[in-house]
Amino acid sequence: MSTLNLDAQALYAEMLAAVRALWRPGMQVLGIWSGGAWLAERLHADLGLPGKPGVITSALHRDDFSARGFGHGKDATKIPFEVDGAHILLIDDVLFTGRTIRAVLNELFDFGRPASVTLAVLVDRGGRELPIQPALAAAKVVLPAAQRLSLARLDDGQFTFSVKDND
Amino acid sequence: MLQRRNPQLNRHGELIHLLSIEGLPRDVLAHILDTAGTFLSVNDRDVKKVPLLRGKSVFNLFFENSTRTRTTFEIAAKRLSADVLNLDIARSSTAKGESLLDTIANLSAMHADMFVVRHAESGAPYLIAQHVAPHVHVVNAGDGRHAHPTQGLLDMYTIRHYKRDFTQLSVAIVGDIVHSRVARSDIHALTTLGVPDIRAVGPKTLVPGDLRQMGVRVCHDLDEGIRDADVIIMLRLQNERMSGAMLPSAGEFSMKYGLRPEKLGLAKPDAIVMHPGPINRGVEIDSSVADGAHSVILPQVTFGIAVRMAVMSIIAGNEA
Repeated sequence: MSTLNLDAQALYAEMLAAVRALWRPGMQVLGIWSGGAWLAERLHADLGLPGKPGVITSALHRDDFSARGFGHGKDATKIPFEVDGAHILLIDDVLFTGRTIRAVLNELFDFGRPASVTLAVLVDRGGRELPIQPALAAAKVVLPAAQRLSLARLDDGQFTFSVKDND
Repeated sequence: MLQRRNPQLNRHGELIHLLSIEGLPRDVLAHILDTAGTFLSVNDRDVKKVPLLRGKSVFNLFFENSTRTRTTFEIAAKRLSADVLNLDIARSSTAKGESLLDTIANLSAMHADMFVVRHAESGAPYLIAQHVAPHVHVVNAGDGRHAHPTQGLLDMYTIRHYKRDFTQLSVAIVGDIVHSRVARSDIHALTTLGVPDIRAVGPKTLVPGDLRQMGVRVCHDLDEGIRDADVIIMLRLQNERMSGAMLPSAGEFSMKYGLRPEKLGLAKPDAIVMHPGPINRGVEIDSSVADGAHSVILPQVTFGIAVRMAVMSIIAGNEA
């Protein structure tokens, strides 16, 4: 474990304030499975939006599929709104290489042509390998490439971060 | 004791070929069914295609004819963005005397990544799997009387879709079981997934007694066999595989084992009726049952494409 001290709850509060600032009426919230989907769910409730937020997975468009195959997750994309012409706020917990975002954008365009996509993340950890930038990041940190940072959700719904060393 | 590894799994226990359901652990079956659920939703998109097998070549090798199964594999491979080649193998190389392994070696030289094999001889897909390069994958699309694992899996997907939980179910498999590779694959899958009550129903000549060793209840009476069943799987009477006096006549079979509305009334009120197709209306199943409210025969076809997408994408993502 690392000594990295990130308060996920406090960062979420910052993220919510920043999302309110860039919010435009009619926007749709779409969370990337799994950490981003939890955040999207919370944002959706805190913004008092009707219906449900969308969930999207990178699984079917990953560029490392031939090397890694399928994970054992049960993640599936569920978009409860019309994608064509929508202004979409795309949410993820941690932004790193940008490859997940690339895969998710391809997945999204299989459903239609959005009017715009805005990316908001809780933590930007640098290390980009593709030209992808978020409109909003509640925190920026630098971590060794071998460390994996991801959001976890506790039983009471509180957010926390987990840091693991990759094998 | 030195245990021989299941040839379908790599050393991490991941699926690299699909040859038979027999011997596959429950978590591998569950993973295929979960993945199929993801692919089912691909049909609801504007773009009904995902790029997982982009740049890969899938060869459909049907040494025995089956337009329907070949078509569903072709659709599944195309929705995964693979290039698909259908070889009418029965009429080409084999007819000229080429051996099975020579055919495979030649197609491998054309950079095949996956073979989908239907063969009249039991075990042919195993033989192929033993001789292909490590990056090449094999799917059994039906071999002799042995196995038809993707049909077995799509049957499991269908049952799970309608019944949710396997561990409380009574499942009756009715008809020509002795010739049916579907029945064998279904029985292995149902057993692995924890179904407590599996019944094989049909005349003595068409229901092998050794099924009892597989934990199956053998019934020679239709009423007894389908009473209180949650799931009824009707099998096609395979006239083309029958020789001699296995059956007095299709008419007599239909009288005793055909599924008619009054018989269906013996099963649970919410029972589902399945059939791997093609159906013989008026022989093993009455038209009013095949088209009735309990029938899930057409959803089976839809689920079959998603299940085949799941199988192909899972094995393609695993190294030997």
